[in-house]
Amino acid sequence: MSQISLTPDPGLRTPDRRRPATTNTCRVCAPLGAVLAFRGLRGCVPLVHGSQGCATYIRRYLISHFREPMDVASTSFTESSTVFGGKSNLATAVANLRDQYAPEVVGLCTTCLAETIGEDTRGIIRDLAAADASLPRVIHVATPSFKGCQHKGFHDTVAAILAQVAQGGERLRQVNVLAGPVSPADLRHLREVLNALGLPAILFPDYSDTLDGPSLARYEPIPAGGVGLDEMARAGRSACTIQFGDTLEPGPGAVLEAAHGVPLVRLGLPIGVQASDAAFAALAEAAGVPLPESLAAERGRLVDAYVDGHKYVSQRRVAVVGDPDLAVALAGFAAEIGMVPVLVASGAATGRMAQALALRGVAGAEVLEDADHDGIGARIAALKPDLILGPSKSYPTARAQSIPLVRVGFPVHDRIGAGRILHLGYRGTQRLFDEVVNTLLANSQDTSETGYAYL
Amino acid sequence: MLDARKSQVITAGDARAIVCDRPSVAGSVTQRACTFCGSRVVLYPIGDALHLVHGPVGCAAYTWDIRGALSSGMQLHRNSFNTDIRENEVIFGGEKKLARALRELIPIHKPKAAFVYATCLTGVIGDDVEAVCRGATAEFGIPVIPVQSEGFRGTKKHGYSAACAALAQLIDSGDTTGIGPFSVNILGDFNIAGEIWTIKSYLQRMGLEVVASMTGDGRVDDIRRAHGAKLNIVQCAGSMTSLAKMMQEKYGIPYVQVSFFGLEDCASALYEVAKHFADLAMLERTRALVREETAAVLPEMARLRKDLEGKVAALYVGGAFKAFSLVKALRQLGMRVAMAGTQTGAQQDYEHLKELCDADTILADDSNPLEMAAWLAARDVDLFIGGVKERPVAYKLGIGFCDHNHERKIGLAGFVGMAAFAREVHATVTSPIWKLVPRRQRPGCSNTEGTP
Repeated sequence: MSQISLTPDPGLRTPDRRRPATTNTCRVCAPLGAVLAFRGLRGCVPLVHGSQGCATYIRRYLISHFREPMDVASTSFTESSTVFGGKSNLATAVANLRDQYAPEVVGLCTTCLAETIGEDTRGIIRDLAAADASLPRVIHVATPSFKGCQHKGFHDTVAAILAQVAQGGERLRQVNVLAGPVSPADLRHLREVLNALGLPAILFPDYSDTLDGPSLARYEPIPAGGVGLDEMARAGRSACTIQFGDTLEPGPGAVLEAAHGVPLVRLGLPIGVQASDAAFAALAEAAGVPLPESLAAERGRLVDAYVDGHKYVSQRRVAVVGDPDLAVALAGFAAEIGMVPVLVASGAATGRMAQALALRGVAGAEVLEDADHDGIGARIAALKPDLILGPSKSYPTARAQSIPLVRVGFPVHDRIGAGRILHLGYRGTQRLFDEVVNTLLANSQDTSETGYAYL
Repeated sequence: MLDARKSQVITAGDARAIVCDRPSVAGSVTQRACTFCGSRVVLYPIGDALHLVHGPVGCAAYTWDIRGALSSGMQLHRNSFNTDIRENEVIFGGEKKLARALRELIPIHKPKAAFVYATCLTGVIGDDVEAVCRGATAEFGIPVIPVQSEGFRGTKKHGYSAACAALAQLIDSGDTTGIGPFSVNILGDFNIAGEIWTIKSYLQRMGLEVVASMTGDGRVDDIRRAHGAKLNIVQCAGSMTSLAKMMQEKYGIPYVQVSFFGLEDCASALYEVAKHFADLAMLERTRALVREETAAVLPEMARLRKDLEGKVAALYVGGAFKAFSLVKALRQLGMRVAMAGTQTGAQQDYEHLKELCDADTILADDSNPLEMAAWLAARDVDLFIGGVKERPVAYKLGIGFCDHNHERKIGLAGFVGMAAFAREVHATVTSPIWKLVPRRQRPGCSNTEGTP
């Protein structure tokens, strides 16, 4: 097969957002992030308000990553709904979802079409609920595709759910943990840590079961798992909210702080020893207990592995591509183990990545926000790093430049087990470290003339 | 099942006709996509054209390098070019950004033509895409062709028509000198995993010249002279028949509707083409080809068939012509078909499926995951054939699956393709893992091997 050529001459391009065209985007649209977040709510069917292609494309994209059922409904706009509004389509859709899925809640996100025609979605939902008590509850979030990307869509949806569901009241001995768009394996690990700490927690959104479920004899209309509305209602009574995400300003947890006075503790994603220390210390403090022995042992093994492998990674140059919070956290991890992050790139435009990287102690890396893979590829071609940490969409660049790629984050469309990629905590860091070291070892072994089997 | 959907499902033995060809029911979780998707998939494989999605990032992101459509030369089609419409353009219009995008991209990539796909958003903000394209055509001296693919215009079928209309703008702009009497165009093959190269090799062995392939491994300059061919061979009838009809009316080029999937259909496709040219030598060459190619794959198929005999399959595909071929191909492997559904089948297609299928075969139009999951379980099928969106329905229930959609990377057309298909089906259906899945471990289930 011939080599993929992204552009005839990548050197011609500069990653400048004033450019009129995007080539090989590094982001997808906000409704996809909304659908992902809604998957972490128990008994929820996501409904996309607009043309049905939006729902279908989002399903295909998510299925290709998670390899799990992904029933996402659409209000199936036609030419006439575009002209006269989508109210009747929305009413039909919610009633049909009730009849087919019996959901506890419908997670409604809008598309650019619905937003541009000036649809009063909130008003329509209110009217529907008033007219027919048998309809399920509808939670609504505005996610026009022309604003932000999946990262914003995800967090806006978490914020919308908190705003529309959480209630205030007497404080409970529990915390909220908003982990961000992490993998099902990450969520499972966080739950395990919270259990080890004996800390009651609302870990939200939790799609660890809905998007990484077991083989079944019968198809579940809505996959089991997720956080229930009843539990979400109590989120306003938690002792605090611990929110992961280096670039969030202030992030969805601020909703609870403003409405119900739940203090917000903002932390970076726990990747690397130091970031995991900070995150687990915050959780242990909230629990009022010391760090469990099992976690301390994991930390000890991780540091021991760092020692065993440090020379293989020391001074090696790495490019990191991904969701802004993940990219920043991974760059921090790379710097922690002695690698040199030369490029940290994201398709999102937060305006805060450089600052977040500085807080992680990452200096000297080129930072690209609002970048496309064409621009990122051009910089990678120029910087020639030893390794790329990124999604499968970085593969064409990795292949063209003969640079090994360690797949992380979203999407991973060319391997199985994307939902099982663990990034967080000492354990996730351990897995990442081993893979990074072994990828570099394999690359030098495969490209050497001698090819020793003893390294 | 939703009441509103009941008329769209029948069994092949039913006297009543199926209801089809209508918009999807809101909230039914249709497997269909939109008009944009229809246009995008049809034009996608043209490797030396610039494909610019004029709209928000999602439409471009979700269609980046997803088809397994190979190119023997330029691979521009594997990029995702996008005007990335944002709030500013929603307010002030996107025409200027589109013009600037073309001005940026055309000199860099030097395409032979450009297709500009309209999306819901640019449709609703009222961008005059046609005017911008006219300007760019004059400025760059290559055809810059608008595709009226706003998602809300209708179903995928409308998108096919919009794509055909775009192709029609290219045809009849090239020199047809030198095109011989034994010449054809191939319409509706998208060169998934190199399939069109297989088909072209058959046609060439028959003594035919392929003028243009639309759109698998398609080239702008070939398409421009497509009106010089003497016959159009239409494979994916749903997407390309409208173009074939237009070419018949305008240029007097007759067309044949064929399928290259399955031994039976592939052989009859080649015979039909040969018959059209009424050339005895060609007919003889075709006979020899079919004999030779069939003999090459039959032993392996017979071996695979032994393990597949009596197994039950279900299929849900985009167009009906593929469904016809699959029913026949599965039969050739000794398998029964319990369910056959399509996204875009027409009335007469379902009537033909009725003839092809067993009386109790479920025929479904525009189905959804819940319906399909129920049928797969009730009919205890061993194999489901579909695309990426159907795959998790099968896999979650512990059922074998074969991808026959455009994302696949394995060629299934032609005689060799049928052998590959048989291997695919065999590999999944005979896997030993099925004895471990819950549906094979329930009490009362016939196959309980491996249960403690």
